[in-house]
Amino acid sequence: MEWFKKAKSGIESKEKKNIPEGLWTKCTSCGEIVYSKKMEQLLWVCPNCNFHFRIPSRKYIELILDDGRLDVYDVNLVSKDPLKFKDSKKYPDRIKTAQQKSGALEGVTAGLAAIDGIRVSFAIMDFSFIGGSMGSVVGEKIGRAIERAIENRVPLLIVSSSGGARMQEGILSLMQMAKTSALLAVLAEKRIPYISILTNPTTAGVMASYASLGDVIIAEPKALLGFAGPRVIQQTIGQDLPEGFQSSEFFLEKGFLDKIVERKDLRNTIIKLLRMMWRKSVET
Amino acid sequence: MVDRPYLEFERPLVELEKKISDMKDFSVGESIELDSEIASLEKKLARLRKDIYSRLTRWQNVQLSRHPKRPYMLDYVKMITTDFVELHGDRCFADDQAMIGGFAKIDNQPVLVIGQQKGRNTKQKLARNFGMAHPEGYRKALRLFKLAEKFEIPIIVLIDTPGAYPGIGAEERGQAEAIAHNIREMARLRVPIVVVIIGEGASGGALGIGVGDVVMILEYAWYSVISPEGCAAILWRDAAKAPEAAEALRVTSDDLIKLKVVDKVISEPEGGAHRDPTATARLVKKEILAALKELQTKPIEQLLQDRLAKYRSIGEFEER
Repeated sequence: MEWFKKAKSGIESKEKKNIPEGLWTKCTSCGEIVYSKKMEQLLWVCPNCNFHFRIPSRKYIELILDDGRLDVYDVNLVSKDPLKFKDSKKYPDRIKTAQQKSGALEGVTAGLAAIDGIRVSFAIMDFSFIGGSMGSVVGEKIGRAIERAIENRVPLLIVSSSGGARMQEGILSLMQMAKTSALLAVLAEKRIPYISILTNPTTAGVMASYASLGDVIIAEPKALLGFAGPRVIQQTIGQDLPEGFQSSEFFLEKGFLDKIVERKDLRNTIIKLLRMMWRKSVET
Repeated sequence: MVDRPYLEFERPLVELEKKISDMKDFSVGESIELDSEIASLEKKLARLRKDIYSRLTRWQNVQLSRHPKRPYMLDYVKMITTDFVELHGDRCFADDQAMIGGFAKIDNQPVLVIGQQKGRNTKQKLARNFGMAHPEGYRKALRLFKLAEKFEIPIIVLIDTPGAYPGIGAEERGQAEAIAHNIREMARLRVPIVVVIIGEGASGGALGIGVGDVVMILEYAWYSVISPEGCAAILWRDAAKAPEAAEALRVTSDDLIKLKVVDKVISEPEGGAHRDPTATARLVKKEILAALKELQTKPIEQLLQDRLAKYRSIGEFEER
């Protein structure tokens, strides 16, 4: 019965998967397929399940800051390779690849900006740069953003997304948790507000330092938040994790978040908060 | 005393030790003169030991820090302090037995000692959760730090942990928040803080009680952003590559002094702290006292400024 056999295999499924790049977007959370232009209008939030897609730093800058404008500082800070670290790849090669992909020298963009006329020190992490990991440069740039807030006496906003400390810089990465947290202690003594905004995902070393130290902590919906990664926990306890574990909603329920705010409402929420928390801004 | 070998690289030493001890036993009962034989074997043993321990790989170093006979936090408390009064609980949720703290006297001076405790036998290990604290452990530590500050009592931290516990309860109760707050608060505590890493210093679990004016490490202890196993599982996708990860991460006391993350290395007896806990404790005590003495001459504002400057300056980067 040779002529009953399929001449080719896999035709049916292949065609369905090959959606033209960029025209349509499939939600990684619920599988809904949405016209990309529509997604752009929706700020990359799934209209079906409200999943917040990862968007580049530039988009947050446009979304949150007045005129989408950030006067950037410290753009010339570049990582070294203090450990001469090598796994499957050499660390300097990893950095190079990330730089080419992102067009930036490191994983944080920081500077001074205004929100509804209120001057702020702003910093945002880029998850696509080696998983938003924090090495010496990320720690230093966040540190300087905190110092800018202190020197200029303006509120601090940090948008985090990170898998944690950067292993390739070893113990020096761990020490960035101490550097940033110590400077935040000084900021707190000066009674300058700090709003920490968590996006998907924010975990480990960043979560266990500045991301958790906001006077107000806001997260986008359905972001993965936590100390240990879900895989590590699963391996440790040897059982499946409960539904919704380590999500923004879980964090809110357990009392570790002030608020879950949708992307489209971020700017207004921040303005409202700063207008009440930072009355001294009237003087400047 | 002859030990059962625990680590592979200890085996030739333990075998030789056994031979010497057998010969000694034998020569006691008999009239055969074995003294010169024994002496030569003992010389050989010393040479072999020196040879092995001077060429430890970083992974062997990590293994040594996990030696089951290595002195733990409470052993040091017993050996270097008197009048220890353990204080329990975080006043919120529970008493975490992986984290121990209390007031004690060192050389007649009151101090607060705090640190992770591991267990010796299975029952203790479970009770101490293998030295992996939950959020309530870090919150207990912070509560005691604040007590020390209130009564102007210096703080001694003894770190020995394979990491903060990664579990469901730990996440539910805010492991990240607890560690972050400790780090921030420790940066500003208005009393001297002396930190000694006595065994394992893994990641945020160590740093969560590890911010200090002077940070010291025992020769065969380690301190890292992540355990070698954890790093291997992520970057090599195979936890068995831990030896490679330990090399790459540069986790030994020697590495840490070069990276300027610790201020001083406290040397251990040949073969490690477990071979002579008393001698090790004596040195640890001496170094703690020396550090305290120096810190206590500083005005508090100066102390805080120096502490901030110390952590502010850690990191290596280039400014183009």
